[in-house]
Order: sequence, then structure tokens, then C-alpha cells
Amino acid sequence: MTEPVLQFSGITKRFGALVANDAISLTLARGEVLALLGENGAGKSTLVSILFGHYRADAGTITVDGRPLPPGNPSAALAAGIGMVHQHFSLADNLSVLDNVMLGTEPLWQPFSRRAAARAALQDTAQRFGLQVNADSRIKDLSVGERQRVEILKALLPFGRRRGARVLILDEPTAVLTPQESESLFATLSQLVAQGLSVIFISHKLDEVLRVSHRIAVLRAGKLVAEMPAAGASKAMLAQAMVGRDVPRVVRVPTPAGAAALAQTPVCELRKLSVRGAGPWPQLDGVNLALRPGEVVAIAGVAGNGQQALADLLHGLIAADAGSVTLAGRAMPATPRDWIAAGVARIPEDRHAVGVVGDLPLWENAVLERYASPAFARGGLIKRGVVTAFAQRLVERYDVRGTEGAGLATPTRALSGGNMQKLILGRVLMTGPQLGRSAGNTEAGDADATSAPLLIVANQPTWGLDVGAVAYVHAQLLAACAAGAALLLISEDLDEVFALADRIAVMHHGRLTPARPVADWTLAAIGLAMAGVAASSELADAA
Amino acid sequence: MLLGAPLLAVVATLLISSLLVVWAGAPVGQAYALLLEGGFGSRFAWTETLTRATPLILTGLAAAVAFKARLYNIGGEGQLYAGAIAAVAVGGLHGGAGFSAPTWVLFPLMMLAAATAGALLLLGPALLKSRLGVDEVVTTLLLNFIVLLGVSALLDGPMKDASAMGWPQSVAIADRLQLSQLVERGRVHTGLLWALALAPVLWALLAFTTTGFEIRAVGANARAAGFAGMPVAWVTVKVALLSGALAGLAGAIEVAGRAGYVTLDMSPGYGSSGVVIAMLAALNPLGVVAAAVFVAGILVGADSMSRAVGVPTYIADVIVAVSLITMLIATLLTQYRIRFDRS
Repeated sequence: MTEPVLQFSGITKRFGALVANDAISLTLARGEVLALLGENGAGKSTLVSILFGHYRADAGTITVDGRPLPPGNPSAALAAGIGMVHQHFSLADNLSVLDNVMLGTEPLWQPFSRRAAARAALQDTAQRFGLQVNADSRIKDLSVGERQRVEILKALLPFGRRRGARVLILDEPTAVLTPQESESLFATLSQLVAQGLSVIFISHKLDEVLRVSHRIAVLRAGKLVAEMPAAGASKAMLAQAMVGRDVPRVVRVPTPAGAAALAQTPVCELRKLSVRGAGPWPQLDGVNLALRPGEVVAIAGVAGNGQQALADLLHGLIAADAGSVTLAGRAMPATPRDWIAAGVARIPEDRHAVGVVGDLPLWENAVLERYASPAFARGGLIKRGVVTAFAQRLVERYDVRGTEGAGLATPTRALSGGNMQKLILGRVLMTGPQLGRSAGNTEAGDADATSAPLLIVANQPTWGLDVGAVAYVHAQLLAACAAGAALLLISEDLDEVFALADRIAVMHHGRLTPARPVADWTLAAIGLAMAGVAASSELADAA
Repeated sequence: MLLGAPLLAVVATLLISSLLVVWAGAPVGQAYALLLEGGFGSRFAWTETLTRATPLILTGLAAAVAFKARLYNIGGEGQLYAGAIAAVAVGGLHGGAGFSAPTWVLFPLMMLAAATAGALLLLGPALLKSRLGVDEVVTTLLLNFIVLLGVSALLDGPMKDASAMGWPQSVAIADRLQLSQLVERGRVHTGLLWALALAPVLWALLAFTTTGFEIRAVGANARAAGFAGMPVAWVTVKVALLSGALAGLAGAIEVAGRAGYVTLDMSPGYGSSGVVIAMLAALNPLGVVAAAVFVAGILVGADSMSRAVGVPTYIADVIVAVSLITMLIATLLTQYRIRFDRS
């Protein structure tokens, strides 16, 4: 084995009582892709932050090329050739690619920008690593995959005060990419390591970890619990190492009386729904769909084909330009309040920006949708005791963690993605269809739903979650379905679609194929439908 | 943590302002001692400071509640004047006789008119913001000038006091509508009690009511609040009405507690100082009281400092303005920890 480029020795970091990193020792060889695998909160980000100088380790040292790295000093990390690409890009949308890679590279007192030199360096680096971008495009005109390429280039570029990274850290790089873009990223990675760079690949997606990395390090609860070559590792092995137990595989058992379910009256019907779009095709184009109690209908499709409009419509945020939406036989207005009141559990795609108010405490977010209902407020005063008791039950029943310090007063933004999603799940599933039904009954117990929601509209409910949290979310959704809720699952994750759905429909350019039973679909057929190749009529003939 | 940012800001402000004191050729220690004494050093100083603090508490509350919902109401000054004019319109027309209604009808009516005038003045910008996305900072700021010019026209026209020997001054409200003095030999009036009572009321509104929850949620994340079914546009309108009403009340109370009539220099920037006070108080209604007393003390103390050591009174405006900037910076800084690098 070649000499290690990077070596962690006995890194320990505590936050109060929490040991985020517990004596972690790891090495990274030249030309190697090391995957750092672990659930949310396992300590991956802490370890990388220590490397990058954002945190200072309580114990342990890091050496780069045999030289110790001064702790707590980001510029030293940069100078040592460590580059990082964060999950959320730090690019200025209104500037060009060239401007973005130049940002922060030049001293303030330098009178003129060395644009020509920067352009040459950019082209050179792009050439070398096969990362083609147009230096003059504005960031806002680029796709997510291209933006990521710019971030990688930014880290690699030797220009001005930057020396160009030789160790590249990628934090959940595929979370925002389409499958095709992920493929192209993996190709880039192999090109990088072929040129002698080393890569730390942070992820919790087992498939891609097995696919791209040479070696895999698994963190759990701050400890390094496994370290193995990727060759010979299996998904089951990794999953068990990650969560410390066998992961319950959620597999949807199709309703025994499938035919009976189909015969039931739909709880929600979409007829010839259209929503105009700003782009070349309408966001929704004559969409028909019927959702029946107890069944899971999944909408597959490549991102940006109208799924957002469909979700917004069924979340009560927008009105259709044509067509009708009925819920339990009633035409629905475009106000979230009416949808909540009618018993629709809504799980938005973006938990941070739409799902919760991050600055408000957990207990207030637990009743964000129902704060004004008679169970939680009287005469305009919020019944704090009832609300906090409800939030406490929610935290216990849905296993929301991360509230050790401030308890229910924890600002919601401090929760991890998985715990935030559990909070949202609890909020929509524990509250059920009783908003506005003022029974005059004000006991604490009434705050909880006694029945399942009529309909659950979940948009990418497991996006960015770790294996354990994904299994948990799936189990809760299926339990609600078993209790009689209809579930509309909008997902770009085909594994998820196949694992949960009774029926699948595919969206392309705002059009929706008929929802057919899972058994009638093959992966190939779905792929074609996602690409818009197979006309829905052909599918109908085939079926 | 709670007091960290404001204290840091005040200390930094005094340090920065001391440069100007030095520049003006006065000894810094003595100047600040005089400032402090002039603002808080005697019974008279306290009555003057509290008199000044009365409208400042109200405009501070107006700004704090609006900012809490991210409605950046910079138009407190205009709303204050609108409230003052409305108060005179109800309580002072017909040669000071008012309407022939008993005081217990007329006084609430006067206050209500002032609150309504302030509220309506902010309603336009709030609707423009929620319907058309027009930036309320621009509209409320510019409305200040429109209102002041309108007041100027009124004071030289229909509302002019004929007995004021040509001064642009409105007729006075009826004597029976004036607020009574709170103490002997001091200008501080019962309006202070109104202001002091409204602060905890507003605090409780924000902390315990559904409306307060809506205001805080909309301010912190309007998209999430809207997704959860909160009526975001209506909350903005409610906050605008509340904020404008408070600033309008400040005008009416200033009229009823002080001169009894409106002049164009009635407010030395109470509306804009309200913004500073709200920020110094970190938008906490109870903190607004303390911040308003602090700012009032500086404004009052600067007068006596200026007389004794010859530093222009503008130093007070500078201190207030600098404290806004330092408070903004301090709020940012308190999110970080100081760490000493051993290496």
C-alpha cells in the first residue's frame, strides 16, 4: 500500500455529554476513494469538520503527507490541499462560473482581478479532470449536476491563494442528483483518483458506496465500528454495521383483497387536471387519478416533470387551471387549511424550508397545523399545557431524538433530517381528520387522532434520510394505510416506489400514465415511461 | 445571552462615539459623566427622560411587533403624526371645544381615531406587500415624507391655530382631554402608564395567543407557516394594523400629554428611534421599555452635556444611530464563541 495522504489518529470530540467522535483512527491512501458511511448523527460530519478546521478535536491528531495539520484552522486545511464539496452548494447564482471559482481567491488589495489567468487555470483543470463547464454561464442557468461540477472545480482549482485540493471531501454528493447525473459524478471520481487524488465520500446510500469506493469506514454513535475493503462487502453487512442491528426490510404485502380495494369508492379523485407552466410543457396536463382507501399509489418520474405541481395541488397550495379535485366527494378549494381540516396528512418535499419553522421550538412545531383547533386553543389563547403534553407524546411515540438538551424547547432547526421528518410524520398522523370539528371536548386525550387520515400526500418523504429513518418512515406510512388511509407517494427513488406501491403511475412532461398494479410494470417499462418514450396507450395495449 | 448583545452594543457605541467627543475637543470621561447625569442623575433628569421615553416605548413596540412578523415598518414617524392629527381632529376642532360629548366618550374616541389613523396608514404598504410583493421598507419610508408634507399643509390650512401668531401650529385639543401630570414639577404624564401597560400586553399577545404564534411563525418562516395553513396575508395585515395603531397612539399620547397641539417639530424622530429601540430590545416587548428609557436618557443627557462641555447635541443622534449598527453586529457576534488559539 502507498503511503497515506491523510491520517486521523485517535480523534475524539465531545459536545457536552455527547461523544460525537470517539477515538477515531483512519487513513486515506493516495488515489483512494474512502467511503464514510453512517446514519445521521453518527459523527461523519463532525469528523470532516475537524479535518477542515471548523471544529477542534478534544484529543487526537491529523497528519497530511506526514506533517501534522494545525487544528482548528480552515486556512491551514486549505493550504494542505484539502477541499470540500458540501451537500448544499455555496455558489452565487447571479455570477458566472468563472466569477464563482475566483471568489475569495484574491486578496482585497490586489488592484485588478487576474481573470485571464483564472480562465486559463479553470480550462486547464477542467481539461485535466474531464469536468467540462462553460466558464461564462451563469450559475442560475446550470443544472444541479453542473453546479456540483463547478463546486468540484472550485475545490480543485490551483489559483490565487488556493493550491488546489489533493484530498477531496464530498458530503452526500448524490442526494441532489438524478441517476444519470450520479453516474457522471462517479465517472468523474474515477478520473480524479486515476490522477492521484484521494476522495472521502460521505454517504448513507449503500449501493453507491459499494459502487464507487475502494474502502469503506462505518461510523456508529461516534465510533468507528467497521472498516473494510469495498470488494467483498455486501449491503446487508454494511447496513447492519451502520445501525447496529438487522435493518427491518419494509416490503409492502399487497392487500389480500386487492380486487376489493379497487372496487372501493375512491377517497380522492383527480379528473383532467391541468396546471399551466412557464416552461415548454404544462406542469400538469390532463391528469386523471383515483386514490382508494388503504392503497399506496406511487408517482415515479425524473425530477421536474410536474411532480411538484401535483404535490402542491394536493397539499392545497395551488389551484388547477382546469379539471377537478374531489376529496370524499367534495370539491376542494386551494387552501391548506381546508385540506388539513378534511383529514389530509401532507408531507412536503423540503422539510427545512416548508415542513417546519426552524426557529420555533419543537413543541410549537408539533401543532403548527392545528394550533387554532379547539383541542389546543380556547378564546385565542394557546393551551400550553395541552400542547406540550401532546408534543411530549409525539416525541415518545415517534421516537424523535435530539431533544436531550433543551427538551421540547429545542429549536426545531437543531434536529437532524430524520428526526425532523419524524416530527412532521407525528404531526400529520397523530392529528387526523378532526380539525374544525369542535366537539367542545377539551380534554388532553382529544388532541390525538383516533382514526387514520383519509389521505396522505407524501412528496419524497425519505429524501436524504439514513437507512434506519427510511425504514421507520416507511413503516409508519404503511401502518397508516393499513388503518385505512390512501397514500399518494411521490418519489424519485424507484426502490422506494417498488417497495411500497400497490399501483404505480409515471409522470413525464406533466402527463401521467394510468396507475397500474406493480406486477404490470417492469423496471424497463418504467424507465421508458420516465423518458416519455412509451406512450401510455401502448402500455394500455400491453396490459 | 439574553443581555449579551445589547450590552456589547452599548459599550461599543460609547467607545465609538467617544472619538467624536474627543474630536469636538471635550474630555471624554467628563462628557459621558455629564451625559449620564443629565439623563439619569437627578429627579428632574428622570422626569425628563421618562417623558421622552413615553412615545419611544410606543414606537418601539410598533416596530418590534412588525419586525417580529418580518414586516419592516420604517414608517413609525408618519404613523405617529397621522395619529397626532387624528387626535386633534377629534379632540380639538371647533375652537378647542371638541364635540359636545362627555369626556368619557370623547377621550376613547380620540385615542381610537389616532390608532385607526396610524393603522390605516400602514395598511396600504402591508397590502401592497402581501398582494404585489412591493417592498414595505420603501413604501413606509416614503410615506413618512408624504405624511409630513400633508401635516404641514394642514397646519398652515384647515387646522391652523389662528391665535398662534402665524406659527404653523394646529388648534389644541380640549383641556379636559389632556393627560394629567404624573408627578409634581415634572412633565412626565399618565401616558407613561399607558405605554408601560401596553408592553406586557403585547408580550403576552406574542407569547400566549394564537395570533402571536401566527406572527412569530410567519416572521420566522412564511413558507412553512403558509404550508401549515396559517393565513399569511391576513397575519401581515393584522400585524400592520397593530403596529400602525401603536405608532398612532404614540402621536395622540404625545399630543395629549405634552403641548396639546401638533407642530412640525413635535417628534424629534421618535418613529425612527423606535426602530433602533426595537432592535436594541431584540424585538422583545419588555426589552423595549428598557431600551426606550436608555435612548431617552441619552437624548436628554446630551442636552446638558452639550451645554457644559460644548459638544453639539447631535452627539445624541450619533449615539442612537451607532447603537443600531453595533446592535446588529453584536447580534451576529453573539452567535459565535471567542476562542483563543494556543498555537
